[in-house]
Amino acid sequence: MGLEELAESLGQNVLTTTLGKLVGWGRGNSVWPAQFGLACCAIEMIATATPRLDIGRFGSEAMRASPRQSDLMIVSGRVSQKMAPVLRTVYDQMPEPKWVISMGACASTGGVFNNYALLQGVDKIVPVDVYIPGCPPRPEDLLNALMILQERIKAQGIMPRQ
Amino acid sequence: MTVSEGVTIIKTGEQGAFGGELLTVNFGPHHPSTHGVLRLIVDLDGEQVRRVKPVIGYLHTGIEKQMEALRWQQGVVVTDRHDYLSPPINNLAYALAVERLMGVDVPPRAQALRVIMSELTRLSSHLVWLGTSGLELGAMSMLMYCFRERDTILDMNEEISGFRMHTSYIRPGGVMADATPRFLEMLEEFIRAMPGHIDEYEDLLTMNPIWRSRTIGIGRLSPEDAKVLGASGPMIRGSGIAWDLRKAMPYSGYENYDFEVATSDDCDCYGRYLVRIKEMREAVKILRQALDRLPDGPVNVDDRKMLPPPREELETSMEAVIHHFKLFTEGYSVPPGDVYVAVESGRGENGCYVVSDGTHKPRRVKFRSASFVNLQALERMALNHMVADMVAIIGSADTVLGDVDR
Repeated sequence: MGLEELAESLGQNVLTTTLGKLVGWGRGNSVWPAQFGLACCAIEMIATATPRLDIGRFGSEAMRASPRQSDLMIVSGRVSQKMAPVLRTVYDQMPEPKWVISMGACASTGGVFNNYALLQGVDKIVPVDVYIPGCPPRPEDLLNALMILQERIKAQGIMPRQ
Repeated sequence: MTVSEGVTIIKTGEQGAFGGELLTVNFGPHHPSTHGVLRLIVDLDGEQVRRVKPVIGYLHTGIEKQMEALRWQQGVVVTDRHDYLSPPINNLAYALAVERLMGVDVPPRAQALRVIMSELTRLSSHLVWLGTSGLELGAMSMLMYCFRERDTILDMNEEISGFRMHTSYIRPGGVMADATPRFLEMLEEFIRAMPGHIDEYEDLLTMNPIWRSRTIGIGRLSPEDAKVLGASGPMIRGSGIAWDLRKAMPYSGYENYDFEVATSDDCDCYGRYLVRIKEMREAVKILRQALDRLPDGPVNVDDRKMLPPPREELETSMEAVIHHFKLFTEGYSVPPGDVYVAVESGRGENGCYVVSDGTHKPRRVKFRSASFVNLQALERMALNHMVADMVAIIGSADTVLGDVDR
């Protein structure tokens, strides 16, 4: 369809929506993850960015090295007691609105390591939006979690967290 | 002076060669090019590195302690997760240690399958190294190419063991299951295609002027230093010393395979790159030989006290049921003693020291990880280089932080 035909078919029509929906649509399709790899899951996180799965299809290929430019923290791997304050600092540096995906069994619950060294679930220090099971989860699982998160972001209004 | 929370720049008070003071800068643990959560405290004179102090422990998982609470056969699952780029090789070190304590020899087919899995893992580990190192030095497309082949290897892992990364495929007493016909087909196809792919990587990097200027002469590690610092794997072979455990102390029948030990006399990041590329070619050669000479026969030791009986026996034999019950309620016990076994992983000497007190759980398991030992060569390599070269140097050391901290 040419541009002129398109203009003709639209005619004098207007598109109506709410501002909240428009903002949610924009936010949901441009979730920039922080480049924050921890352990095994980070390798599968990298795998989602490669041609076979291409996280760019979901608007999330821009992994930012600075937390100040990112909307999403993917906690990809086990969080040790020593790493926990660092992780919280990174989270605090991210601007609102921000979301967290807890990737893998270790990040969600401590996984197979029920011991002195690991934080038994990253939700003890940051609020988590989506949990992914698996050790490590397949890259497809991460994409699925991202889609779930996108749905949630789109449903949230202009002020996600109050 | 505090720039912001988490970033501190301290003047040490010492005078540098350029008249200014030395600055202490924090590098990591959250930094896109430290391969995980490595933290370095770097003293800078202008832009030159004067001191490097690695701070580790940000990924300390307590794996060694955890293994004391797991039965012998359960421990395999945890070994997967310390050096998470080469799980089957970690399995192999642990399995060989347990087998030596028990005085068990695995059948030839299991040995060949172990070699196949080890070499596939070496390839996939080097591919991750090549992809991420390329990415850090600006060759973004390397990641795309390398992960394409890595995904094929992970597909094979999935075919043979049911899992992409942490296969737990190599176990004390043999391997998890026999190779499926589909796996052998995939392997055949992979061996045929892989040399072409390695040529592709070399076309992109070996004569690339940017890659060469970022790596040649950067991160020098003399052969003497490499020996003194205990470096192993591509780190010591990149300094011209042909030390490879597959040749020096063969295990799993590596003495029967014809391959060369890749070395380079460049002693710099470029040399280590050449060594890894050569190792990938040699790995394909070993895979070819292993696949062509894959013997028939069982893949596990025939010992009902160590491995569960086959499923069909459970329906006819009361004894098999008893063995099955005993194995899955208390496990097997290993004769008292201690043993150290080392295998060559993608990063170097991956050792496993096991102490048994005769019960069904290990008394102590210690991993001698190559990344941890190679990390102490970092300062020697980085001295008097620009701070921007730190990225190339950390990359060429190929440390996996899970392996360092365990």
